Amino acid sequence: MNVILKKAQLNQHTVLYELEAPYIAKKANAGQFIILRINEFGERIPLTIADYNRDLGTITIIFQTVGKTTLDLARLNVGDSIQDVVGPLGTSSHFEKVKKVIVIGGGVGCAIAYPQAKTLFKCGIDIDIVAGFRTHELIILEDEMRQVCNRLFICTDDGSYKEKGLVTDILKRLLDEEKNYDLVIAIGPLVMMKYICKLTELYHIKTIVSLNPVMVDGTGMCGGCRVRVDGKIKFACVDGPDFDGLLVDFDELINRNNFYKEEEKHMCKLFGGK
Amino acid sequence: MSLKRVAMPVQDPLIRQTNFNEVSLGYSEEMAVDEAKRCINCINKPCISGCPVSVNIPEFINLIVKHDYEQAYKIITKTNSLPAICGRVCPQETQCEAKCIRGIKAEAISIGRLERFVADCHLKNGEYIEHISIVNGHKVAVIGSGPAGLSCANDLIHLGYSVNIFEALHTPGGVLVYGIPEFRLPKEVVESEIENLKKLGVEIQTNMVIGKILTVGDLEKMGYEAIFIGTGAGLPNFMGIVGEDLIGVYSANEFLTRINLMKAYLDEYDTPIKKGKNVAVIGGGNVAIDAARCAKRLGADHVFIIYRRSIEEMPARMEEINHAKEEGIIFKLQCNPIRINSNDKGEVSAIECVNMELGEIDSSGRRRPHVINNSNHVLEVDTVIIAIGTSPNPLIKNTTDELQTNNQGCFIVNDQLLTSKLGVYAGGDAVTGAATVILAMAAGKQAAKSIHEYLLNKY
Repeated sequence: MNVILKKAQLNQHTVLYELEAPYIAKKANAGQFIILRINEFGERIPLTIADYNRDLGTITIIFQTVGKTTLDLARLNVGDSIQDVVGPLGTSSHFEKVKKVIVIGGGVGCAIAYPQAKTLFKCGIDIDIVAGFRTHELIILEDEMRQVCNRLFICTDDGSYKEKGLVTDILKRLLDEEKNYDLVIAIGPLVMMKYICKLTELYHIKTIVSLNPVMVDGTGMCGGCRVRVDGKIKFACVDGPDFDGLLVDFDELINRNNFYKEEEKHMCKLFGGK
Repeated sequence: MSLKRVAMPVQDPLIRQTNFNEVSLGYSEEMAVDEAKRCINCINKPCISGCPVSVNIPEFINLIVKHDYEQAYKIITKTNSLPAICGRVCPQETQCEAKCIRGIKAEAISIGRLERFVADCHLKNGEYIEHISIVNGHKVAVIGSGPAGLSCANDLIHLGYSVNIFEALHTPGGVLVYGIPEFRLPKEVVESEIENLKKLGVEIQTNMVIGKILTVGDLEKMGYEAIFIGTGAGLPNFMGIVGEDLIGVYSANEFLTRINLMKAYLDEYDTPIKKGKNVAVIGGGNVAIDAARCAKRLGADHVFIIYRRSIEEMPARMEEINHAKEEGIIFKLQCNPIRINSNDKGEVSAIECVNMELGEIDSSGRRRPHVINNSNHVLEVDTVIIAIGTSPNPLIKNTTDELQTNNQGCFIVNDQLLTSKLGVYAGGDAVTGAATVILAMAAGKQAAKSIHEYLLNKY
């Protein structure tokens, strides 16, 4: 079970695995995620399902090496198994009656933005993709994204590739140029999603964000992934991970995502992380 | 004959508050026989009626007197499939022991401790009982591997059914592994009981979240002729006070799952956990006491249990309350939190509480707490654990149209534990809301009986 069938290094810090997971592949939909545990001693970590193939019974995950667990995960190879994979968890994305959409990916968030764009593009919806990265070497899925949109805008923080700037700069320009976008989908770091929502709020455009808070079980049991949406407590694992970004309390969530900052620093020092 | 029960040997409180090893060490053979001899073998045997699964208590106690522990085990397991667990965590003092005739003029027989003794003897040296029933060719699915699911599966396999348990987490056992801590119920004991079930032929598939990977409808299509839902009450309730989202605030479920299931207290496990120095646990049930004692064992200097009523109203077992007190847990009674304060890093810095006085009896039969004006005070803490109860999980209900639930999200069932959908039964906390291990086991047994009758009539 859960054998790694394909491994690809997308950039220095980002790895793609195609996993054997027939039951999950059968039920998975865009926006859903899995939780995996590498071995008996591992943590349970959530990862969004980047793609699935119902016929072959496989799912694709893309992750960035940011801590001990993802570093351990990246050390596996084709043929290795992951002890526990559970899913598909969360509610799948539903976008009704949209015609023209901007999909924004920030860094490894592009791994999730890409399949969202692909699904919508296949349905004949006009898609513009804005993808932001820190620097040229970190760019992932450029060719893939180009295939599933009308226009692809890439920016880098340092200007080492394409435009220099932030995704919000391009977003603002697009919104000023054209008035007929009816949805923005934003996936990436919390701070990025926060500022995107601040901007789209001014333009009164519905904005969907995908959240990835700390969680244990993924079934609503631990409450660790609680986030305040429209003043109410929601569990990202069962009520999300997609939420109306204009209603999300980002500051609270940014704070909560630092829950284990001290513990993680300690772990990463021990195990050779950043 | 001694008026007092034979005392249970326990780990010294000063030592045990620094480890996760079992607190109660169990009777020696001599102690067990001495305690068993206190049973007067009364005619009416009221203890049996106090047991939710009607264990023949006097008979197994009599066999202990005769040193025939394996036979005693067989008597218990005729009606209780998890004796090593029940002997440890059942609230015997309000069940079988509350009915004991000896309890009128002296201390009741320690039925729970004797049950544990017998079960532990079997786990250590017992013979393995072969699966003797003939497979009848019918398939039943059990959702959830907690006490309700395990007892249901046990009875069904003995009736000849092919039984498949689907468990959402990576380890079977439900609340027995994620909720109840090692020092009260060693996981080795749970594993042995589950191993026994597997030897009998029960299949357990982990990492299967029913309602996600498969629905109840899918299970029917896969040929399961009846389904038992024993998914417990796993959704944590929060208080809705300011500060519940700060760093350092846990639901008891998350805190206990990280420790018990994910072994955060062992260095070789990667699971992160905050090791608070001053910890406040809100609530008065067994879960609150478990969380508090875990926090102490992780190295806290001060652990407070904040409960809005008095000790008499606490739902936790008296034995656990006493063990907690011995370990230095501080009980802040008739006290209720109104907000959690933070430092400039968004971390918990204190909890603000008010004092309560108890007024008239409310619908729960307990005196209703009222706020005492101007009694606000602040307790400096760095961790807050909220243990004010749980509700059933809606994942199955939300993906099965025909299943009806009440306002609390509990499945609605009839006396036979049949839900609103033909062939689908439910029991345990998923029906009652959070209750006890033994009541869930009793429900699992009842469901197995009902499923058997249903399938007999069908074919």
